[in-house]
Amino acid sequence: MVGIVIISHSRTLAEGAAEVARTMGVGKAVVETAGGDADGGLGTSLDLVERAARAADDGDGVVLLADLGSSVLSAKLYVEDADGVAVLADAPLVEGAVAAASMAATGAPLDAVVAAAESARDHRKT
Amino acid sequence: MNGPEIAEFVRRAAASVTTEAERLTRLDAAIGDGDHGLNLSRGFAAAVGALPAGGPPGKVLIAAGRAIVSKTGGASGPLYGTALRRAGKACGDADDIDAALLGAALRAALEGVQELGQAAEGDKTMVDALAPAVRAYDEALAGGNGLADCARAAAEAGREGADATVPMQARKGRASYLGPRSVGHLDPGAASTALILAALADVAEGRA
Repeated sequence: MVGIVIISHSRTLAEGAAEVARTMGVGKAVVETAGGDADGGLGTSLDLVERAARAADDGDGVVLLADLGSSVLSAKLYVEDADGVAVLADAPLVEGAVAAASMAATGAPLDAVVAAAESARDHRKT
Repeated sequence: MNGPEIAEFVRRAAASVTTEAERLTRLDAAIGDGDHGLNLSRGFAAAVGALPAGGPPGKVLIAAGRAIVSKTGGASGPLYGTALRRAGKACGDADDIDAALLGAALRAALEGVQELGQAAEGDKTMVDALAPAVRAYDEALAGGNGLADCARAAAEAGREGADATVPMQARKGRASYLGPRSVGHLDPGAASTALILAALADVAEGRA
């Protein structure tokens, strides 16, 4: 199953978004988090991204969702150097995570999970 | 420049961003989250700590870049780390980099930063210092100047490029959220890039 990795400057935001994705998503998906910097403060850590991606990847690849700024840059760097298959979704964090987790739980391949995450951008709120 | 000279450049850059940390943080506090000086000091200190005992310039730059990526925190970590790593890869296994190779390394650094951050000139980012620096370096090289003079030309263009960010409205990074209110401030990333280019020129001139 394709794994999901949520990258946020804030550990609590990453864990909260993962909680929403795991429980509000349709079905059971693997959602790992890389929240905050290596010392637990606000920031991003490429080491934490690598750890989360390794934990989420069972061989079918991982989809990364990032909040902003250095989270996005760290995600891109990870994708560039990744041993396995990893894709950064161009998607809003929470909505994208729920969509990706729902699609991943169906056993869909990586490109379908990325597409699901990115389709979350089109769900207007007003 | 050989491996030890490039290592000296990393040490010199680290000393410079640490000396200027307060100023960089103040610039960042105006249009960002006020941590640029602290982050860069930490990242470059890690780079100094990760310098290999020996080896060619490329290896030194890649080791420094990797440390900066993992220890800096903030967007400047991936950006400066990528700049150094790409520059290092461009140097290959050469034991001594000549003026042409240093120019190629600088261009590779710029391309890496632009690929990762998707910033163009005029967006009020470090690219506004780095891009004119690369151009000035190439012009000096084409004019038959040696490495030290090319590096000095790059540093001066980088400084002017950074100063030119003051009237710009930010289109990338946190400052872009401020819209027109980002105008009138020196971009902290461009300012730190100018410091690092000056460190390179100083070491190239043997002033370190």
